[in-house]
Amino acid sequence: MTVADIKIDKTSAGLAVFEQRIALLESRLAEVEDNQPEDKVSMVVFSGELDKVLAAFVIATGAAAVGQEVSMFFTFWGLNALKKQSKLAGKNVFEKMMGVMSPAGTEQLPVSKMNYFGVGAKMLRKMMKDKNVASLEEMMELARELGVKMVACEMSKDVMGIRDEELIDGLESGGVASFLGDSLTSKASLFI
Amino acid sequence: MSETPFDKVLDASGLNCPMPVVKARREVRSLEPGQVLKVISTDRGSVKDFQGWAKVDKKVDLVGQESEPPEDPVTYIHYVQLAK
Repeated sequence: MTVADIKIDKTSAGLAVFEQRIALLESRLAEVEDNQPEDKVSMVVFSGELDKVLAAFVIATGAAAVGQEVSMFFTFWGLNALKKQSKLAGKNVFEKMMGVMSPAGTEQLPVSKMNYFGVGAKMLRKMMKDKNVASLEEMMELARELGVKMVACEMSKDVMGIRDEELIDGLESGGVASFLGDSLTSKASLFI
Repeated sequence: MSETPFDKVLDASGLNCPMPVVKARREVRSLEPGQVLKVISTDRGSVKDFQGWAKVDKKVDLVGQESEPPEDPVTYIHYVQLAK
């Protein structure tokens, strides 16, 4: 059957049914349009190793550069990448232990393979510099400049005893719902 | 030599992923709609990167790409237009 074969019932009752169906289709279309993913990339940064965090920031800056909104959710070891210092005052014994054994900033992040007590991380940094690849610190600065949203997981902060004054400025604070709010409306969602 | 006209040049030689795209984005935003930015890169990956950028970003069009010299290229040139 082609379009020309369709016989429209031109009585007023027939047209009323027709109009009703169009209205229904329009409302369904609006619904579908509302549920379209946005130009957005969201990430969970769970790892706290130099190489993995770097990968996260390469993707984040790249995505922001190509016009995507980017949101990074830092949780567990990923929070170590957001530290500017380590403060032990006012922490309980476990929190202190955690603080002493964790990197106190990006400069101290280990690599996920061949770390050898930090020698591997230093070597990787040197190799990247020789190849003119931006450092993690430069990448983070760039992400800032490009408007990448960074959220620190409230629950992880609480569990690990990480205080706000230990973290860099300009972070948002949130939980799983804030991540899901970003992730479910994103075109891509990553766990690093 | 290329026939593609351009309005501004960005030399991204020596820079690696994701810097050529990141820097080009900053430059192309300073253009008028319809103007073209010529980007010179030594990063082989930039060929696909610029194609990917143009594919996802409605604000830019990739109007030309070339490499020099044609055999064993050392520089990769991209022409990015700010959409009209």
